[in-house]
Amino acid sequence: MRGALEELVDRRDLLYMIAWREIKIRYKQSVMGFMWAILLPAVIVTAGIVVRYGMSAMSGKQLSGQEIAGITVKGLVWAFFAGSLRFSSTSLIGNPNLVTKIYMPREIFPVAAILSQLLDFGVAAGLVFVVFLVTRLGAGSWQLLWVPLLLAIVIALATGWALLLSAACLFFRDVKYLVEVVITFAIFITPVFYNVEMFQKWANLLMLNPLAPLIEGLEKCIVYGSAPNLPWVAYSAAVALASLLAGFYFFKKWEPGFAESI
Amino acid sequence: MATDIVLRVENVSKRFARGEMHDSLRDFIPSVFAKIAGRSRASATAKNEFWALRDVSFELNRGEAFGIIGANGAGKSTILKLITGIMRPTTGTIEVNGRLSALIEVGAGFHPDLTGRENIYLNGTILGMTRAEIDRKFDAIVEFSGLADFIDTPVKRYSTGMYARLGFSVAAHVDPDILIVDEVLSVGDIVFQNRCIEKMNSIIRGGATVIFVSHNLRAIAELCPRSILLEHGQIASAGPSQEVLKAYLESSSAQGRRSLSSHLFIASTKIRSAHLENVAFDSGEKIWLDVGVECTGESEPFSVVLFVNDDRQYQVFHTSTEYLGYPAVSLKAGERFSCTFELDLNLAGGTFYFGVLLYRFNVEKTLDRLFPAVTIFVNTLAEVRGVLNPHPKITAFGSPVEIESTNEATKR
Repeated sequence: MRGALEELVDRRDLLYMIAWREIKIRYKQSVMGFMWAILLPAVIVTAGIVVRYGMSAMSGKQLSGQEIAGITVKGLVWAFFAGSLRFSSTSLIGNPNLVTKIYMPREIFPVAAILSQLLDFGVAAGLVFVVFLVTRLGAGSWQLLWVPLLLAIVIALATGWALLLSAACLFFRDVKYLVEVVITFAIFITPVFYNVEMFQKWANLLMLNPLAPLIEGLEKCIVYGSAPNLPWVAYSAAVALASLLAGFYFFKKWEPGFAESI
Repeated sequence: MATDIVLRVENVSKRFARGEMHDSLRDFIPSVFAKIAGRSRASATAKNEFWALRDVSFELNRGEAFGIIGANGAGKSTILKLITGIMRPTTGTIEVNGRLSALIEVGAGFHPDLTGRENIYLNGTILGMTRAEIDRKFDAIVEFSGLADFIDTPVKRYSTGMYARLGFSVAAHVDPDILIVDEVLSVGDIVFQNRCIEKMNSIIRGGATVIFVSHNLRAIAELCPRSILLEHGQIASAGPSQEVLKAYLESSSAQGRRSLSSHLFIASTKIRSAHLENVAFDSGEKIWLDVGVECTGESEPFSVVLFVNDDRQYQVFHTSTEYLGYPAVSLKAGERFSCTFELDLNLAGGTFYFGVLLYRFNVEKTLDRLFPAVTIFVNTLAEVRGVLNPHPKITAFGSPVEIESTNEATKR
């Protein structure tokens, strides 16, 4: 693990160039350019608002601005997380030439995929930040200090899973489709369009999803100015750390077989 | 001195699974259950394994140029992939001291949509340079490639040759302690190939260690004093390149025969100089090629054709018993025919392939063909380049003369 990290730091220029390539290609090939960074989160947020509008119409309550702000925050984080897993899981099989012809620390590929998603996330988040400032949505409280920590845990969780999934996709070609299907439906068991409190006694069950406490926490401190549910955040952090360790451990263990199995 | 060894390969073996393993979970999960249920398929998998390398050992000293030769599938690429760390050996150890750069495929890692400039940075970092290092070497890389005018064009618009030139230029500027080169010289035009060889020579002179894998035997002989020959994953010969090349040529001439007529076949071909059987000759030597033909039934009338190809399989010349004024021969069952071609070996240095045909000229029909019947290696002492050695001599008169020009415009 330490050796792997040292190698990664040692080759940071390569990591930078691979991530830069991902971004450059994506924006070069499409007319829309940076609109891509906004499109997917915008679709998710719109879908969330429609769902929530339907819910509030049935219960006879008005949809509040805060609720819309909450869905925006959560939709953005979900788009980053799902995009990270989607792009990183195919990052090794998408570069067969580099995997079989040149030696380099291969964890660079999934990590670079996450970095490029992080840039998209940054663009979208910046836009949302401006909108929140103008519309005075969101709570400018000290609780915002939780945001970097919560995001760091989200990134760690994504990285751990990305390492495992990218290797699994290399060895088993059908994992790619499995990942697609799971990501498509995981939005229903993750509190993106709803809040876990709506499920009352089932709330804790939903919180077992390690992404749930993080998303809920981000909504709480950004939109409502209250502290995240710390025991559950600690649980997520523990899962993220374990995923990260397991990700690096197994990735490095399987790496010698990559070139002959791809 | 132990510190001078930059690469140590010790008893390295590599086993591959033949064919597809479990490529998908759909196949893998049932097989796991089958294993649990006790239906072992161990015997089936053992049959599907093969050893790409067996017990290969060698050492390289700092500053040495080292050649690896062998037929396709002999394990050349595998040993390079093990040295670079792309794969890990099944058994044995590989020890590398120093920065290693490999040119296993030129331009691997280029992205077609990026410009030449962007790809230099991308490929450079892939090969182990830092961005600051590339900033410093950028101009030299572009100049060597000769692509200054196209540097901001996406490489998908490049020709294959331009692609290879840019790839080699980046790799040659990595300044590695150990440079591994696999077959890159087979791309690009002659001018660029020669520049590559020159560049590699200067890298070697600069003190780097070079491992060179090629089918271009001439380049191996020119660049590498020491080589190994791989055959079926094992070292068949090791030592000075000349001896290893000889071993390679001897083993390869044993292959490649195919009889076209059921009755008539080339039974033996032997090449000798002054009655010594050999495969390495000096340019200008007189050589004799003996061809033996056997017949198992009534034969058509035939002539023996001899042709010689160079290492690019360009036919250098051909002749035949017919051209030389010997009438066509017919054989009956059990009869033999033999003839000897005498040649002045006025060829320049390099590898040459001798082929033999049994040919019926009046109906233009090939009865048997053997190629390469013999492969030889020609050494030149004189400075001739090319295919031919017409033994040039120089006669010069007087001392260097300055020619005065009356026309100012042509002076410059």
